[in-house]
Amino acid sequence: MALIELINLSKSYDGEKVLDEFDLSIKENEFITLLGPSGCGKTTTLRILGGFTKPDTGRVLFQGEDITQLSPNKRQINTVFQKYALFPHMNIAENIAFGMKISGKTQSYINDKIKYALKLVNLSGFEKRSVDSLSGGQQQRIAIARAIVNEPRVLLLDEPLGALDLKLRQEMQYELIRLKNELGITFLYVTHDQEEALTMSDKVVVMNKGYIQQMGTPEQIYNEPENAFVADFIGDSNIVDGIMMEDRVVKIFDHIFPCIDEGFGKKKPVDVVIRPEDIIIGKVGEGIMDGEITSNVFIGVHHEMCIEAGGFEWVAQNTKSYPVGTKVSIDVLPENIQIMNKPQSEDEEAISLEEVLGEENIGEDNE
Amino acid sequence: MNSMKKLFSVPFICFILCGTIVPMGVIAYYGLTDREGLFTLKNIMEIATVDHAKALGMSLLLSFLATTICLILAFPLGLILKDSKLGKKGFMVFLFILPMWMNFVLRTMAWQVLLEKNGILGGLGIINTPTAVVLGMVYDYLPFMVLPIYNALVKIDNSVIEAAYDLGADYKRVLFKIIVPLSVPGIVSGITMVFVPSLTTFAISNMLGGGKVNLIGNIIEQEFTASANWNLGSGLSLVMMIFIVISMALIEKFDRNGEGNMI
Ligand SMILES: Nc1ncnc2c1ncn2[C@@H]1O[C@H](COP(=O)(O)OP(=O)(O)OP(=O)(O)O)[C@@H](O)[C@H]1O
Ligand SMILES: [Mg+2]
Repeated sequence: MALIELINLSKSYDGEKVLDEFDLSIKENEFITLLGPSGCGKTTTLRILGGFTKPDTGRVLFQGEDITQLSPNKRQINTVFQKYALFPHMNIAENIAFGMKISGKTQSYINDKIKYALKLVNLSGFEKRSVDSLSGGQQQRIAIARAIVNEPRVLLLDEPLGALDLKLRQEMQYELIRLKNELGITFLYVTHDQEEALTMSDKVVVMNKGYIQQMGTPEQIYNEPENAFVADFIGDSNIVDGIMMEDRVVKIFDHIFPCIDEGFGKKKPVDVVIRPEDIIIGKVGEGIMDGEITSNVFIGVHHEMCIEAGGFEWVAQNTKSYPVGTKVSIDVLPENIQIMNKPQSEDEEAISLEEVLGEENIGEDNE
Repeated sequence: MNSMKKLFSVPFICFILCGTIVPMGVIAYYGLTDREGLFTLKNIMEIATVDHAKALGMSLLLSFLATTICLILAFPLGLILKDSKLGKKGFMVFLFILPMWMNFVLRTMAWQVLLEKNGILGGLGIINTPTAVVLGMVYDYLPFMVLPIYNALVKIDNSVIEAAYDLGADYKRVLFKIIVPLSVPGIVSGITMVFVPSLTTFAISNMLGGGKVNLIGNIIEQEFTASANWNLGSGLSLVMMIFIVISMALIEKFDRNGEGNMI
């Protein structure tokens, strides 16, 4: 059974729909990430789950029990707030102890936990420091420590690593996952960093404008984006117009590409997504289309190059560098071409309710 | 740059000189001399006489009562104002501040008329009693308590309060562990701004006490006017100043944040 179910949540602010018939079910000990652009309703979803905002319609179930109207302090849920929200009049130890004192833990238990949590977030010895004296990233880590010491059933984290540098962020990602496995806490995680979402989560929920765009494992989201928004938001992509000529054949800029998709019909306009790393660069005439390198930037392991071909700037990544001006050809393996229906209207940009619920039910039947 | 700064500070130095140092010096001079201009501590010691000590005690008691009542009224009011909707908030604060813009003497006189034997509230029979004086103090100085407390309360970040609920705190705990400690600076300035004028007032006790409630302010005023004894008046003023400094120091002990919004 799902631990938490959000059913048909809607929320408007000043007539502006922020969440629209939002459904999500979270299983025990699952790590779910809400991913989406700024203002798409991620924080609002967390606030409804935490009990700080009441939805206009819809229900929140916790172990099958309706907690929509339950006040935040009665929920077995703790939150790491986007704005940290540390208590400015207490020192770090007092901040971390706050929740444990309320639940009546002994002083020695509290002291042990404070030590443990500070070590976990890499801030040992900060007990007596004041909140003001901490940097943003340090405050953020204290906010994490303050929440986890209570060992809640569910932990809501609103961009908890946003203020950290890359190295520290990766360390904390690792610690959080370890924590989840050790304590069996269910995580609902919010981020707009797609890499973070893909590396940490069991399930990623891509949101836009209060709708769920796609829900699935990181692999599914990355390899099989269901629409252009997801493809665009997750990683760099070449998203181009194509025409599905027949099963397993798509025409892009008057060139025929073999692919593996079927069932789109004949002469049907579609969106085609090709990842930069999937573009094979070869000698002129060797590939499907010919073009010319127009830019070349070294981005770490790869060179990222733009290739002008068929009137479109393709983004390609390759470990081999081709100087600007080189005439090249491009090719793509059939399985690396992702075909998607063009959205008919704004509503269809979101996958329909039935589809989501259908998938959920199938998944549960199997268990 | 530096000379500019010096230039800008000239008016303030003048003000401090003319408004603080010179008058203090004059009061200290009068307070520590007798009519012949010879040094004496007699004026200071006068506070120990029964009449003066009684008046001082009464002043301390009544201003303590008035301050406490103001605090009890203002804090819940501030909480309500903080939580009310934005538009309503400004209007409600305005309503409470409005009396402040009316002439102080007029406000007190209004209560005199109301509480008089034949007044609308004459039946209460509190005119010319300490109760009436406390009532006047509360009415006159309540806005000075409301404003700083309200300001401190609205400055508290709502997400901090939500975090406390999130960690399992009930309303009582949120109030006493989060809201009250975070509004201490406002409470301290509110107390200061009500206690000090209440302690030194003579107008309120004159009008609502009808000469039956003698506060230290009244005695000092009489020394300066009726008795024309500037030396004694100044001496008693000095004593009172010491009392104010002591009370402020006591209050400051509670102001853990020590944000320096004293007086
Ligand atoms: N209390 C509120 N009053 C009015 N509008 C609000 C309120 N809270 C949120 N909104 C609006 O709802 C929308 C969604 O906000 P939300 O905070 O959920 O976004 P988000 O996905 O968390 O974005 P970000 O990544 O920037 O944190 C935004 O357009 C925001 O302006
Ligand atoms: Mg947010």
